[in-house]
Amino acid sequence: MTEVVLETHALTMRYGGVTATKNVDFKLYAYELRCLIGPNGAGKSTFFKCISGLETPTDGEILMLGSETTFWTAHQIASLGVGIKTQVPNVMDGLTVFENIWLAARRQHNTPEANRKTEEILDRLTLRDIAHRHVGHLAHGERQHVELGLVAVGDPKIVLLDEPAAGMSSKDIEQMTKIIHELNKAAAIIIVEHDMQFIQSIANRVTVFHRGEILIEDHVDRVMSDPTVRNVYLGKKS
Amino acid sequence: MIDSLWRDSVGAVLGIALLIWVAPLFISPYTLTILIIYGMLALSLGMIWGFGGILCFGQAAFFGLGAYAYVIAAINIGESTLPMLIAVLVPAIFASLLGAMMFYGRLNDVYLAVITLVVTLILFKFMNSTAGPEYIIGKARLGGFNGIPGFPTLNMPGNPNAYIWGDTYFYFCAVTLGVVFLITTLILQSSFGRIAVGIRENETRMSLLGYDIRARKTVLFTIGAAIAGLAGALFANWAEIVTPNLFSLSQSAEIIIWCIVGGLGTRLGPILGAAGLSLLKFLLGQQTLIDNLLITGLILVLFVLILPKGIVPTLNDLWSLTIGQRIIRHRRRPRRRTRRKPPRD
Repeated sequence: MTEVVLETHALTMRYGGVTATKNVDFKLYAYELRCLIGPNGAGKSTFFKCISGLETPTDGEILMLGSETTFWTAHQIASLGVGIKTQVPNVMDGLTVFENIWLAARRQHNTPEANRKTEEILDRLTLRDIAHRHVGHLAHGERQHVELGLVAVGDPKIVLLDEPAAGMSSKDIEQMTKIIHELNKAAAIIIVEHDMQFIQSIANRVTVFHRGEILIEDHVDRVMSDPTVRNVYLGKKS
Repeated sequence: MIDSLWRDSVGAVLGIALLIWVAPLFISPYTLTILIIYGMLALSLGMIWGFGGILCFGQAAFFGLGAYAYVIAAINIGESTLPMLIAVLVPAIFASLLGAMMFYGRLNDVYLAVITLVVTLILFKFMNSTAGPEYIIGKARLGGFNGIPGFPTLNMPGNPNAYIWGDTYFYFCAVTLGVVFLITTLILQSSFGRIAVGIRENETRMSLLGYDIRARKTVLFTIGAAIAGLAGALFANWAEIVTPNLFSLSQSAEIIIWCIVGGLGTRLGPILGAAGLSLLKFLLGQQTLIDNLLITGLILVLFVLILPKGIVPTLNDLWSLTIGQRIIRHRRRPRRRTRRKPPRD
């Protein structure tokens, strides 16, 4: 776990007069699963958007899989082998589950191979029964799974997940956890999450954001018991 | 996909056969020719708007550019083969530059509609102001608001004296529409077309999957402009005059209305919408009691309120709910019977 796959140096993002992230130095190692937590407005989502190419940072540098990606757009970063799942399920509502996953597979493979990969993901993510239903007609949890399917079919080297467990039932979360662990066998993963129970069940190392900066970075148990974290995260003194 | 392409090819051939042999029994070939040309123009917008999600308010600009490019080239060259090619290339090149500027500049939705509309109006204003003798390209005077009459019309390739006109020109336009329809089908059923539909559905997601949506939208926009340019050249040959009215606001609006009425997201819908509404316009043009623009506007309002999906998608839905369901049930029936049969031994 020594190879660094994602690195930021003094990453800063300002929206007008508001500094959302300030001088963030961050490292993610190969096959690591890292959770980013913090209260609302801590800057974790802005950090996520910067590294995924959805926003261009005001200052600083991003290095990803050996390339400098600071000013890259989302499609260039995705082409590098980065799978991105956004906070709200970001899928093609007017298309079927099969078509959604096929489009994700087609970017890297020719048509017969894309068909094969799509079939494989439908089985792996137990989406076979809903393969020919329009995604717009599915429940929230199913849509989250479909979006994870879009990420998984690309065989990514880095996976960025923004609140994957948001609005899901405990059964769906359980299945989601399994899928994430499976993805983690082949990729480093960053998860931005609020659900502490989910974080404890899935993460090893956790990075806590506070007021746009990294407050602490440590093992999940030590972070949870840290009085400073409890203070800023729960809004009360321990 | 091959099955579907085969089915569409057979459908297109049958449609063109009906158009050539049956439609002239009811409508004159001269009128049918312009309905075909407008159908092709509507198909060009239907493809980029209905399948690519690009609402272009200036498809008339490419139509007009195609017509003018053909006429100017035909006057200078003296025959029609190369000018037909130029009529396709000029709007395509113009659209690729305009599209790249808009899509790489991250302009979308209403901004894109406004810019394309403004470009059309600029061309309209400019062409109207070219009446002076200084506005001349080679041997072709642009003619301002009077337009350009008297140019070589379509001829057999390599033989400038063998003109294609009258009924022959109608057949030529009908076959061209069939070919353009099949090319459009091929494009939309290819990976490129399916990705375009993905972009229409969710640009951000497609970008996050690694697709360069700016490049793909520019290419689709260019293909749409090339088809509109071809329709423009066919129009010039039909009308035997081109005027700045080709770039007018009403022409731009009409193409959008054709697509809405016929049905977006289908290839046949815009063609039928254009043919139906244009025919109605011609019929209404023979009387003076009601203004035909008023009727067109009323039809648009009625369609938006009652059939917002348009004619063809509504017919598709009805088919699926009635006859389509029966066919599916009928296909399933024999299988059930065989399952119920007891084993022979």
